Amino acid sequence: MHKYVLKRFAMLIPVLIGVTFIVFFILALTPGDPVTIILGDNATAENIAKLTEELGLDDPLLVRYGRYMLNLLKGDLGKSYSNQLSVADQILERFPNTFILAVAAILVALIIGIPVGIISAKKQYTWLDNTFMVLALVGVSMPVFWLGLVLVIVFSLNLRWLPSQGMGQGFMGILKSLVLPAVSLGAGSAAMVARMTRSSMLEVIRQDYIDTARAKGVKESTITIRHMLKNALIPIITVVGLQFGQLLGGAVLTETVFSWPGLGRFMVEAIKKKDTPSVLGSVIFLSVAFSIVNLLIDILYAYVDPRIKSQYKVQSALGRRRGE
Amino acid sequence: MAELLEVRDLFIRYETVDGVVEAVNGISLKLDKSSTLGLVGETGAGKTTLAKGIMRLVPNPPGKITKGEIIFNGKDILKLSEADMRKVRGKEISMIFQDPMTSLNPVMTVGEQIAEVISIHEKVSSKGAMEKAKEMLEMVGIPAERAEEYPHQFSGGMKQRVIIAIALACNPSLLIADEPTTALDVTIQAQVLDMMKKLKDKLNTSMILITHDLGVVTQTCDYVAIMYAGEIVEYGSLRDVFKNPQHPYTNGLFGSIPSLAEDVDRLKPIKGLMPDPTNLPKGCKFNPRCEYAEEICRCQSPETTEVKGIHVVKCFKAQGLV
Repeated sequence: MHKYVLKRFAMLIPVLIGVTFIVFFILALTPGDPVTIILGDNATAENIAKLTEELGLDDPLLVRYGRYMLNLLKGDLGKSYSNQLSVADQILERFPNTFILAVAAILVALIIGIPVGIISAKKQYTWLDNTFMVLALVGVSMPVFWLGLVLVIVFSLNLRWLPSQGMGQGFMGILKSLVLPAVSLGAGSAAMVARMTRSSMLEVIRQDYIDTARAKGVKESTITIRHMLKNALIPIITVVGLQFGQLLGGAVLTETVFSWPGLGRFMVEAIKKKDTPSVLGSVIFLSVAFSIVNLLIDILYAYVDPRIKSQYKVQSALGRRRGE
Repeated sequence: MAELLEVRDLFIRYETVDGVVEAVNGISLKLDKSSTLGLVGETGAGKTTLAKGIMRLVPNPPGKITKGEIIFNGKDILKLSEADMRKVRGKEISMIFQDPMTSLNPVMTVGEQIAEVISIHEKVSSKGAMEKAKEMLEMVGIPAERAEEYPHQFSGGMKQRVIIAIALACNPSLLIADEPTTALDVTIQAQVLDMMKKLKDKLNTSMILITHDLGVVTQTCDYVAIMYAGEIVEYGSLRDVFKNPQHPYTNGLFGSIPSLAEDVDRLKPIKGLMPDPTNLPKGCKFNPRCEYAEEICRCQSPETTEVKGIHVVKCFKAQGLV
């Protein structure tokens, strides 16, 4: 198992090289010059030339990429073009906010999605199931920013229950300001989770071991949780993991709509200013976060399903033999 | 001997989009304490539906017990509430299902699965239930320390032993075994059957053994019921039915077994197929496949009549009317 985890971490390296390479070159290809953006339209040619040299932007692209990667190895993500602050510090300052939002959104998704999926599966083809699945379809199809705006109009502007912008102070303040962005971000995921829970439950609901459990005299509620849901969990965990990874990186729209001080908004601002170090730093950070979430999900599989655990063991045993 | 189970005129239907499946059609049978009844018939004869009916586990919808009584230990279990019925399942009546490969929960250890039934029906701590589960494992010939293992770490025969341990854990008075050895290979079949027989005698359990293997019936059963299209066409002691078969279908079953003593070129199978249960033939349900069928067989359903003692048959020919 440890070996498996180490192997998975090693696989991060090629992923990061690929990600940085692609992002670096895409940013270089986009029109607009960071120097003119920093200095403004009235800058003199002399100042432009000076700053270009200072930032090393007159070097060939591959040299710049090589220099960036060398710094990255030292753990240096560089400085923002726009405000000369350390990119790493700026990311670390904003990431917790994004993380809180993603966790809140995934909680919304789990609390709504799993019960809805279970009920739908157990009442398959009844009006309740049909209603839930139509709602789930609506949830999946609804654009996040639109739902966000609707929630703001209803709960902030009209009812005045919850704040519409920014992040509050203190525990209750944060909690209050978290509700609307978390709901608008989690609604789509809730729908995905509900649909996956339903189809996964339907796979196990007619298995022979469910009959065995009934023949033992087990209560229906216990059968649902212990015998059905536990067996249906793997695909649900997969979807939840993917959704969580996406929420970490993809909260851009929600963060913009709600002025949430997270990484997504930071990245959008950086892209607008052609602030290459900030964009690259954020993307690398999010790739690592996404990979770690995926790894955690894979490890979680082994705890949920003993068959997968023994598979991991077999794999590492085979690896050991091949290594000798 | 005291009577344990009596099924009276039981009807079970499945209401599907393609029509009503008449799975069990007016079955009556009796079972004495600590005796074994073999329920024999082709695939689709309604054997499993009857067994699930006795457990009240016919999936509803689409299945429904439409008529009849099931008297178990003096009470009609069709009249019990669902909560009371749960106390019967696993405690008084247990069931072993056909396929051991899929009948155990893959994410629970076998120990947990045996302990679950014990902790539901007996007042024991979870530790006590696990102790008892380990005892049960030993009883079916599996070392107690394997209780921590998961079903995928066991072979098919071992899994069936675990399932038997689950079924017998609360010492039920009736065990329904639905083709318990069909999915196993022949040597393991013999082992499992032998063990079931020994445990049944030791624990004084009655058993309904569902099978299509007449060899298994001769080895284990005291009584035999031959099922066809949801009806019992012949019933009697093992000796009655095997030595003096009355129904043409029973004879057909015997005719399709290869004989070791005689040199026969071809087996004599029963012609045709089991009728479509959504569209059963009029009259005797076996008449389209019966070589003796006459006019009366095609328009009237025969009554169950006595041959000798408990040996009964449902056929006009045996009654001498054809």
